[in-house]
Amino acid sequence: MMNATLAPERPATTAPVDVLTIKDLKAYYINEHFGVRREVRAVDGIDLTVRRNEVYGIAGESSSGKTSLIKTLAGAIRPPMRVVEGSVKFDFGGKHIDVYGEPAKMQAARWQHLSYIMQGSMSVLNPVRRIKHAFNNFAYRHMGLDATAFRRRVESHLDRLGLDASVLEAFPHQLSGGMRQRVTIALATVCEPEFIIADEPTTALDVLVQQDVLGLIKEVQGRLGSSVVFVTHDMSVHAAITDRLAIMYAGRLAEEGPTQALFDRPQHPYTAHLIASLPRIGDVSTRKSLAGKPPSLANPPSGCRFHPRCPIAIERCSKEVPQMLPSATGGRVACFRAGEVSMQ
Amino acid sequence: MSQNLLELDHVTKRYGVGGLFSHQSITAVNDVSFSLASDTPEIFAIVGESGSGKSTMAKMILGNEVPDGGRLVFDGTDIGTIRTRAQREAFMTRVQPVFQNPFEAFNPLTHVDTYLYATARRFTGADTRIQQEAKADEALQRVGLSLAELKGRFSHELSGGQLQRVAVARALIPSPKLIVADEPVSMVDASLRMSIVNLFRSLRDELKVSIIYITHDLATAYYISDRVIIMQKGVVIESGGARAVLDNPTHPYSIALKNAVLPPDPKAAAAAIRQRRALVEGA
Ligand SMILES: Nc1ncnc2c1ncn2[C@@H]1O[C@H](COP(=O)(O)OP(=O)(O)OP(=O)(O)O)[C@@H](O)[C@H]1O
Ligand SMILES: Nc1ncnc2c1ncn2[C@@H]1O[C@H](COP(=O)(O)OP(=O)(O)OP(=O)(O)O)[C@@H](O)[C@H]1O
Ligand code: SF4
Ligand SMILES: [Mg+2]
Ligand SMILES: [Mg+2]
Repeated sequence: MMNATLAPERPATTAPVDVLTIKDLKAYYINEHFGVRREVRAVDGIDLTVRRNEVYGIAGESSSGKTSLIKTLAGAIRPPMRVVEGSVKFDFGGKHIDVYGEPAKMQAARWQHLSYIMQGSMSVLNPVRRIKHAFNNFAYRHMGLDATAFRRRVESHLDRLGLDASVLEAFPHQLSGGMRQRVTIALATVCEPEFIIADEPTTALDVLVQQDVLGLIKEVQGRLGSSVVFVTHDMSVHAAITDRLAIMYAGRLAEEGPTQALFDRPQHPYTAHLIASLPRIGDVSTRKSLAGKPPSLANPPSGCRFHPRCPIAIERCSKEVPQMLPSATGGRVACFRAGEVSMQ
Repeated sequence: MSQNLLELDHVTKRYGVGGLFSHQSITAVNDVSFSLASDTPEIFAIVGESGSGKSTMAKMILGNEVPDGGRLVFDGTDIGTIRTRAQREAFMTRVQPVFQNPFEAFNPLTHVDTYLYATARRFTGADTRIQQEAKADEALQRVGLSLAELKGRFSHELSGGQLQRVAVARALIPSPKLIVADEPVSMVDASLRMSIVNLFRSLRDELKVSIIYITHDLATAYYISDRVIIMQKGVVIESGGARAVLDNPTHPYSIALKNAVLPPDPKAAAAAIRQRRALVEGA
């Protein structure tokens, strides 16, 4: 099941350091109903690396597999999800973790190096305990501060997110949706981990608070040169915070590259669509949604998975699977007609 | 004369904060009044600061929270007088919620389709499973899903955007007169978001449904709403026609909010974040 070959030794260069390396990753939800096997191929052949000191974005439409992918890389999967192929490896400054090779070690390392803000995570706060207990449980022992210094650090961190220290005494139900969302962001960032995974962490925030939260994440990331994997469907948020951006479509990557280049010269027609459909205030024209429905991951389209909805598809697209290859803009793209779609 | 579908008359809500014996309280909603007319269905947007009382107001309109001051009247009935089960059922047939966080709205141990059947049974009299499934599927199709995709699945087996659309679909089943939608599209991508707000618009135009649309997304608020109110710290600081208010906001907070919408360009957006940080730190 696991790919056991070791990567070749990396020569010492000044090139960016890869902290996370995902190789040919396939992770499916496998259910058996009355003897009928149903596979949802939510992650279906993904290669990518995340470097030290960068914010790596993952975008894509609803149910394209974003959450599934990052659950897999955080080692947070449970049945019916299974990694059926490929590997997920971290390298924290020489400390290697092969997530699906040695799961126990990952567990131990998890809270030390990595924190994961799950989608909708404001619902994971314990409803019968005050918020301060969550900080004591998750962060206190990792920070090596005495109780008073710890409390002071937490309070100033909350303040940066626009939250009053009194939220520590509150129960989750006494806070608004956006206040709870900020509490979980504070929990995940206060101990300044080397690797932060955030899944739609700003969906419940007004745009001013959203800017504060993005600013804080960027700052925590920059201070230690940490890595952040940031998942959202919101392309403006990607524009604001990510250094590199991957576009996911139906369980695979469609395109990846430096964020600015992707916005300026999208190479994949789906990327071009996402950027063209960005909403703007003041625009009342009926914007066209992408024709057709998101594909079923239990029975994805043949060839290029985007072909039934692609405005420039050719015959080859339904027969062959386009591979991720270097693109003209310094990234990678999986399209037989890369670069041919212009933005309307 | 036209009666109002919904009327909020100087509504105030306070919550006690701090421990049991503390006398501090916060005013989550402070003296809010507005009304929706019966004869002209509309999309009424509520935008504003996180924690400014939007969800609290939604809960009061749904009769799930009781105001400390003022009255809420739905179609001639003071919502505070709804007591019996029968009154409550009749009210809920006409007023349906979409709650803010779908991950909290669905019990993790119940199949999501069960919610749709229960809604169909309670509010449309569909008493066979076949009728209930038909109602559920019809509603799901309207939000780009289908019963076949969802049958027998738990909430944790669906993506965020799928779950949020199930919540919207559920609210459609009783054919209500008023939908109170608290952040109904926060987890869906721009393309689906447009199809859901276009659905709201067609509900308004074709089925004469009024919609209270609570959102942080000023672009869709502008795009579909007839009127908007902007809230900060429990108070309505600005209100009026959606286009007029959002084109030319006058209150400093409204102006700041509009200016904080991230520009869809990496250089400009990153610069906006840096500026905001400098501003907040300097203050
Ligand atoms: N436990 C599960 N069992 C079966 N299918 C699942 C399970 N969890 C998720 N799926 C399916 O996997 C697909 C991908 O879901 P995922 O949550 O990864 O999407 P996403 O890109 O994060 O979407 P969103 O933006 O809506 O959150 C969806 O079709 C979803 O229904
Ligand atoms: N049950 C409660 N007990 C105490 N305080 C509460 C309770 N419910 C809400 N509050 C407080 O009331 C205020 C308004 O909360 P509300 O949920 O209405 O905000 P909101 O505008 O919906 O915010 P968001 O955009 O973040 O969802 C907040 O300060 C919140 O802490
Ligand atoms: S490979 Fe073909 S179908 Fe796929 S995106 Fe490119 S042109 Fe469109
Ligand atoms: Mg998701
Ligand atoms: Mg709310």
